[in-house]
Amino acid sequence: MSHLTDLPTWAAIPVCVLLLLGSAITLIGSMGLIRLKTFYGRLHAPTLGASAGTILICIASMITFAVLQNRWILHEILIIVFVILTTPVTLMLLGQSALYRDRIEGRNDVPRKTTGEPPDTSGMDI
Amino acid sequence: MRYWFPYPLLSLALLILWLLINQSLSPGQIVLGTMLGIAFAWAMVNLQPDKTRLKNYGRIAVLAWHVTVDVVRSNIAVMGVILRAGKRPVNSGFVAIDISLRDENALALLACILTATPGTAWLEFDRQTGVLLIHVLDVENGPAWSELIRSRYEAPLKEIFE
Repeated sequence: MSHLTDLPTWAAIPVCVLLLLGSAITLIGSMGLIRLKTFYGRLHAPTLGASAGTILICIASMITFAVLQNRWILHEILIIVFVILTTPVTLMLLGQSALYRDRIEGRNDVPRKTTGEPPDTSGMDI
Repeated sequence: MRYWFPYPLLSLALLILWLLINQSLSPGQIVLGTMLGIAFAWAMVNLQPDKTRLKNYGRIAVLAWHVTVDVVRSNIAVMGVILRAGKRPVNSGFVAIDISLRDENALALLACILTATPGTAWLEFDRQTGVLLIHVLDVENGPAWSELIRSRYEAPLKEIFE
């Protein structure tokens, strides 16, 4: 913590604003996990933290360490890029498995597959 | 030339990645990064990805700007939905969209865009029928949503990739 006191005020204010904003957005996204009632609705909530939350907190980190060490710090751009590139993989996996399960269970609120074979349920223990 | 540098853009991206990780622009790191970039591009040849050529670089900038604006807007919209979820039931639903995009890399990019935008989640793409199923958190009118995605994202992606 000691070196953070070296941060000049003109840099500390935007860093604080960005950090608070980023963590507030991530918090709201996590609250969404409780407040939204369906599985598919809950898929949306964490993307708040993955997009805006990550970007704002990473920018705050870039400013802090760029000012403290007096040079450009660009590591965080990699964090942003990789988080944005990899979240779809998990989300699509979760979404597809939920869709698959709901179709096999025959829920009515899930759209049918338009064409093709219905999923093979024989020999499946569900 | 193509034989030695099968994926010039990938090699360049890897070089930039290497320099960013090492936080230096020293000649030694540039040489090392270039060598790694070329070596990994050769490894990529064995994976045999679909070759696509990027066209229309101006469109890429416009698309990137649209995506940035949409991400900010939908972040605010989704925050509103979550905070008001207690009082007002969430009106979410599925939207099926006919898209004519077939290029794998373009589809992957579309998936990244739709997922990075809170409020829309990519669920399923049927390669045979070309129907993309997404889930929208705050769906007001389904046809307008599919029209929006088709004109705002699919059309530029088609111009860039195909």
